[in-house]
Amino acid sequence: MKKSIITVVGKDQIGIIAKVCSYLSESRINILDISQTIVGGYFNMMMIVDLNESQKNFLQISDGLEALGKGIGCIIKIQMEDIFNEMQRL
Amino acid sequence: MINLNEVLETNKMIEKENLDVRTITLGISLLDCISDSLQKLNENIYAKITETAKNLISAGCQIEKEYAIPIVNKRISVTPIALIGASACKTPEDFVTIAKTLDRAAQKVGVNFIGGYSALPSKGMTKAEKDLILSLPEALSSTERICSSVNLASTKTGINMDAVALMGKVIKKIAEATKDRDSFGCSKLVVFCNAPDDNPFMAGAFHGVTEGDTVINVGVSGPGVIRSALEEIKDADFTTLCETIKKTAFKVTRLGQLVAIEASRLLNIPFGIVDLSLAPTPIVGDSIAEILECMGLEKAGAPGTTAALAILNDQVKKGGIMASSSVGGLSGAFIPVSEDHGMIDAAACGALTLEKLEAMTCVCSVGLDMVAVPGKTSASTVSGIIADEMAIGMVNQKTTAVRIIPVVGKDVGDTAEFGGLFGRCPIMRVNPFSCDAFIARGGRIPAPIHSFKN
Repeated sequence: MKKSIITVVGKDQIGIIAKVCSYLSESRINILDISQTIVGGYFNMMMIVDLNESQKNFLQISDGLEALGKGIGCIIKIQMEDIFNEMQRL
Repeated sequence: MINLNEVLETNKMIEKENLDVRTITLGISLLDCISDSLQKLNENIYAKITETAKNLISAGCQIEKEYAIPIVNKRISVTPIALIGASACKTPEDFVTIAKTLDRAAQKVGVNFIGGYSALPSKGMTKAEKDLILSLPEALSSTERICSSVNLASTKTGINMDAVALMGKVIKKIAEATKDRDSFGCSKLVVFCNAPDDNPFMAGAFHGVTEGDTVINVGVSGPGVIRSALEEIKDADFTTLCETIKKTAFKVTRLGQLVAIEASRLLNIPFGIVDLSLAPTPIVGDSIAEILECMGLEKAGAPGTTAALAILNDQVKKGGIMASSSVGGLSGAFIPVSEDHGMIDAAACGALTLEKLEAMTCVCSVGLDMVAVPGKTSASTVSGIIADEMAIGMVNQKTTAVRIIPVVGKDVGDTAEFGGLFGRCPIMRVNPFSCDAFIARGGRIPAPIHSFKN
């Protein structure tokens, strides 16, 4: 199973997690882990997700999340997990 | 499991510090295209490149999306054309037809540069190699995407001074042929000592005859990431400085390795090497000179610059070598003048001279790179500058190169504008004393002794 990392960065407001999670649920994307913090009024969230059950491909999900982010004033990115494992682990 | 801080650090490098993959370069052997019919040869070359590289751009774009990492260039290198064209080309004009074919093939597959319009006369020069070199003014002024390189010397063979003398004249002719664009043609030609067979970076990329049929080589870039890491340890001693560069270079190189393996898998083409070079761009925050300044120099070129660059180059290699299963190419810090805004500033304010730059090339990758000099500089002086740089590479058993632009109609105090990644360059002063008689001797400088290292 190839995992992916979703990051959400933007000004804190009500409902960010709810909106992102609704999109993931509609897209049949399973959330494995969530961590979140507020730095200087900015909302930073990371989710580890599994796309195996999704009916959408990576590019569609990436574009979908980007569009969702624009709607709620956040930058939402999805990246394959390997880039972080490779750069941050021996 | 990966945590939030690690994710944020990686993304900060990409978004704020200009971390990117500078190039995925697909090496293609053209040896099986050789024919004694020029038309057939051109058809074979076009067919082989367009078929082999048809998915290069789409694979690159897919990797960009999957990892949200910019891949700035997707490029192609081919077997040196002086070898491929030797049986079909009887004149320099025949070679120009191949340059145009390569240009068309590059356009068809969507790459911005194709390297390998090259010759390797480091000891002797064949007629075909001479014809290719003589074709350069026409080839580089009548095409958009061709990059050329000529290997004039090596530690094993010495320096071919006949070829050095010829290149001085040819570089002047290329400058003249492209004078309406600040002699831009010269920026697509590099002369080497000890040219590597697997270099992914233009203008010097070619697919050496020691390579397989096809190969994926990747060059990463992260001057901004290194500078940012050094900013956090402003007053630390050299041990901490070196450790910081090494750790950062490790992370940067791991990204290159990941992208290379993924590109190799998507294209079903073997992975060759990751080139550990730190390549700057004219953007602020993507500069080698800024790293040197961050180490404590007022400007690049100040006393201490050679030592600072030696540290940087060595630590980047030490960090990078463990991060990749296979390292090659030029692997070191690039110090092109026009492509690095800190170097541009240093040259403009007089901190950086051609002579200091030459000293810096003793301890880092490549050599006198993207250096603009007055248009009135004589061919023999250009050859003299090349000979000096070749001697440094030959004696020190390293790759050195010269990419020099004698800008027609401009002199010290003017600036040449090349645009895009090529940047702009203040015209640098050249020592006015003559080396005419030295260059006119002709012949070959023999290989150096490999003992009594002093």
